[in-house]
Amino acid sequence: MSAARDEIFTRIRRSLRRDAPLAAPPAHRSQAPESNVRPRLEKDPLECFIDKVHAAAGTVDRISAISDVVQATSDYLHRHGLEPRLVVASHPLISELAWPAEWKIHAGPARGEDHIGVGAAFAGVAETGTLVMLSGADNPTTLNFLPDDHIVVVSALQIVAHLEDAWRLMRDSVTAMPRTVNLITGPSRTADVEQTIQLGAHGPRRLHVIVIED
Amino acid sequence: MQGSTTEFKRQAEAALHDATLQRAMAKAKGGFVDKRRLAVARLPEFAQIRAEAKAIKEHTLAHLDYYLEQFERKVLESGGRVHWARTADEACAAVLAIIGAASKQVLKGKSMVSEEIGLNAAMERAGHTVVETDLGEYIIQLAHEPPSHIIAPAVHKTRDQITDLFQAEHEKYGLTERVTETEDIVNEARQVLRTKFLSADVGITGANFLIAETGSTVIVTNEGNGDLTQILPRTHIVTASIEKVIPSLDDMTVLLRLLARSATGQEMSSYNTLSTGPRRADDLDGPEEFHVVIVDNGRSDMLGNEFHDMLRCIRCGACLNHCPVYGAIGGHAYGWVYPGPMGSVLTPLMIGLENARDLPNACTLNGRCGEVCPMSIPLPDMLRTLRFKEHERKLSKARARGALKAWGLLARRPRLYQVVTALMTAVLGSIGGRAGRFRSLPLASGWTQARDLPAPQGATFQRMWRRRR
Amino acid sequence: MVSAPDNSPPPSVGLFVTCLIDLFRPNVGFAAVKLLEKADCKVEVPRAQTCCGQPAYNNGDQHTTADIARQVIAAFESFDYVVAASGSCIGMIKEHYPRVLKDDPSWLDRAQRLAGRCHELTAFLVDVMQLQEVESSFAATATYHDSCSGLRELGIKQQPRALLSKVGGVTLKEMEDSEVCCGFGGTFCIKYPKISERMVSDKTANIVASEAECILGGDMGCLLNIAGRLKREGSPIKVYHVAEVLAGMANQSAIGDGKS
Ligand code: SF4
Repeated sequence: MSAARDEIFTRIRRSLRRDAPLAAPPAHRSQAPESNVRPRLEKDPLECFIDKVHAAAGTVDRISAISDVVQATSDYLHRHGLEPRLVVASHPLISELAWPAEWKIHAGPARGEDHIGVGAAFAGVAETGTLVMLSGADNPTTLNFLPDDHIVVVSALQIVAHLEDAWRLMRDSVTAMPRTVNLITGPSRTADVEQTIQLGAHGPRRLHVIVIED
Repeated sequence: MQGSTTEFKRQAEAALHDATLQRAMAKAKGGFVDKRRLAVARLPEFAQIRAEAKAIKEHTLAHLDYYLEQFERKVLESGGRVHWARTADEACAAVLAIIGAASKQVLKGKSMVSEEIGLNAAMERAGHTVVETDLGEYIIQLAHEPPSHIIAPAVHKTRDQITDLFQAEHEKYGLTERVTETEDIVNEARQVLRTKFLSADVGITGANFLIAETGSTVIVTNEGNGDLTQILPRTHIVTASIEKVIPSLDDMTVLLRLLARSATGQEMSSYNTLSTGPRRADDLDGPEEFHVVIVDNGRSDMLGNEFHDMLRCIRCGACLNHCPVYGAIGGHAYGWVYPGPMGSVLTPLMIGLENARDLPNACTLNGRCGEVCPMSIPLPDMLRTLRFKEHERKLSKARARGALKAWGLLARRPRLYQVVTALMTAVLGSIGGRAGRFRSLPLASGWTQARDLPAPQGATFQRMWRRRR
Repeated sequence: MVSAPDNSPPPSVGLFVTCLIDLFRPNVGFAAVKLLEKADCKVEVPRAQTCCGQPAYNNGDQHTTADIARQVIAAFESFDYVVAASGSCIGMIKEHYPRVLKDDPSWLDRAQRLAGRCHELTAFLVDVMQLQEVESSFAATATYHDSCSGLRELGIKQQPRALLSKVGGVTLKEMEDSEVCCGFGGTFCIKYPKISERMVSDKTANIVASEAECILGGDMGCLLNIAGRLKREGSPIKVYHVAEVLAGMANQSAIGDGKS
């Protein structure tokens, strides 16, 4: 390895008054993640999640069946006067939807000209109203950032209380870290002009969450 | 436009007279403070989480070599590469080597380490085109200025100034209309930068955390620029310093609970993004190459010495926002990359105390920074420790040292002290007693240029007390 | 701690005068003595005191600071308590002497034993002596500046207000940013006069905006700074140390005001 690397490690160990690498991993609370102090939730996780999405300037629809996603999306487009041209993730949760035939739908990564993206979240975190999005063939990351309107479908079963719970779910269900994990809380914003919050800086101007309860 | 740390006093005074700057600072002033206060009040567990965060960082620092090696191993396992740099120059060289010889379009997400190592200048010298994508960074790049705040780089700019800047700089894109409203300003920047995002070759971001468990780098942003910067170009380079590593995702979770609350008063920033290696075989987007450049630049020496605690810093900016000196003069007066309390500690350690003698002294030790620091860094104590070092190395002004010495001799001799002070107060009291104050006084111009000096009541307490009893 | 039962001897208190009270405002020292004696303390003023050492400490001279610390400890360790009408000086003795003497085991031990018995005046009266009554009156609206060291090192916030609420005639009008530094900072205000000027002007602007007739505080450094600035601005607002008001001794010219 490089001389720089060697010297940095030598210096670190000298400062730590140690001359060799540790023989065994240090004992740390990370081996018992359950020890984290967790903020108490005021309500049940689903209600709390919805409140927090609103607080972060997102909007929420609650529907009872997966097939209702189409109607909820249609309503959303209608509310905002948007053309039905969408880029949709091929995530299993939303891949079987029967979109109206006249809508322009494409899958795959988002392109510069895509204005509306529909994706699926791996989990929702009640504590902060955060969506956990995992990248992959069925959930390209560009979809989370390029479109002006970001619509995210999440199953109520996947709403967890705290971020630690989402990590636990993730460790149980994926074998390797996806290339990108996005924790998304509300739409894009900036306060760089005189500390005034303005939504839609570089990423989505609006974030709409569709929660499926069944 | 970058000032100089040796010119602090002059720059501070200029800043105090800069009406535009003062307008901008006045607008920012209360916002950060109030938002943080509310956010902390809404989290009853704040104190506990703060203690937990400190313990996590202390544990990591005590085993820093272990976690850095674990992090490196995980990055390699996920197909990324790790580069080590002892100094700023080595770090720039590492980045340039990754970018390659041909001139490239480089996008940058906000990164304080890249400011510290002077990366933009190095890339431009090498013939690359560099575009900052964070709106604040973009604004100051257009103005050819350094950031004046670690999380709000353009906090010193008024909206009018930004309007003028955009009009001058965006004409070449055919955008000739003068944008004055915040919404239009933001939209225009979005429009200009969007085309850059879609055509860049290399994206460079910083990292708020490096996670040893997974080999992930983490950025915390609100705009989404950092994400576009790192998923659209072919190559993603992360610049990060050694103390950014933490053991696990759960540890990151603890720190995230403090970071946004302390910085902007949000519970969570809009985008917290973990990047692990390059795109996978079946991914539809993401970079094909992933590099992490890990920079030491003096930090390994701080480990375990009297400035060790500073390595816990998560760059939230709360100490700046609550510093009355920073609030009065803004960030540029400090003359280097890191302003405010954290900068007054870090800058002398990075560029040499002899080059930044004012910074540890330009502070009233009022303690507000230490009080709000989510990582419980005793900033005032460290500033005082730097003063000890200045005194030991005789870096302070000879006249000030002389006065201090004379006072010290007197203060250690109570009898003599009482005689001298009784005399002084008697004289001052008799001259100033009727008016109650002095408008000016020889040897006291430092005091009297800004305020009157209240006159002594006439005799010292000690003398009156002895007389009465 | 509860106040001593009636039959035990009154606690002995060594008054740490503080250099600024000694030089500029002896009235505050006498007010402190009066309040302490009313609270049934036996007050003494050791002669072997000058200053707490902050000018040396905050200008980097540890050696002189350590000498002064030893001098103060020796002069005061025989008392049950050390009290000063200054959060800043008590913070120095209590929090910083042990650090200054950390490499000197026997003195460190003495510093630590003294630290537990050091109290700022209003905190001592409220928290230790559990003073219930204040026999004083002061007919004015007042605002209160929370001096930094007292506030952040010692947690002094409610105590002076609790005592003031028992003074007849006083109405407290809180100002904006009462916890923000006034820009004094010891030698800071002389080394960086322009920055200090700006900070103290922000402070006086908040004081004026509170519409109080007088401004009170617990540390002479801040009060001299604030009074000096108010007078320079031509303001009629009166400046007193809180001890003067509590002791019914705010009948003298206010800080920075001439004899009327
Ligand atoms: S020193 Fe503390 S308050 Fe200042 S930026 Fe670092 S973590 Fe934040």
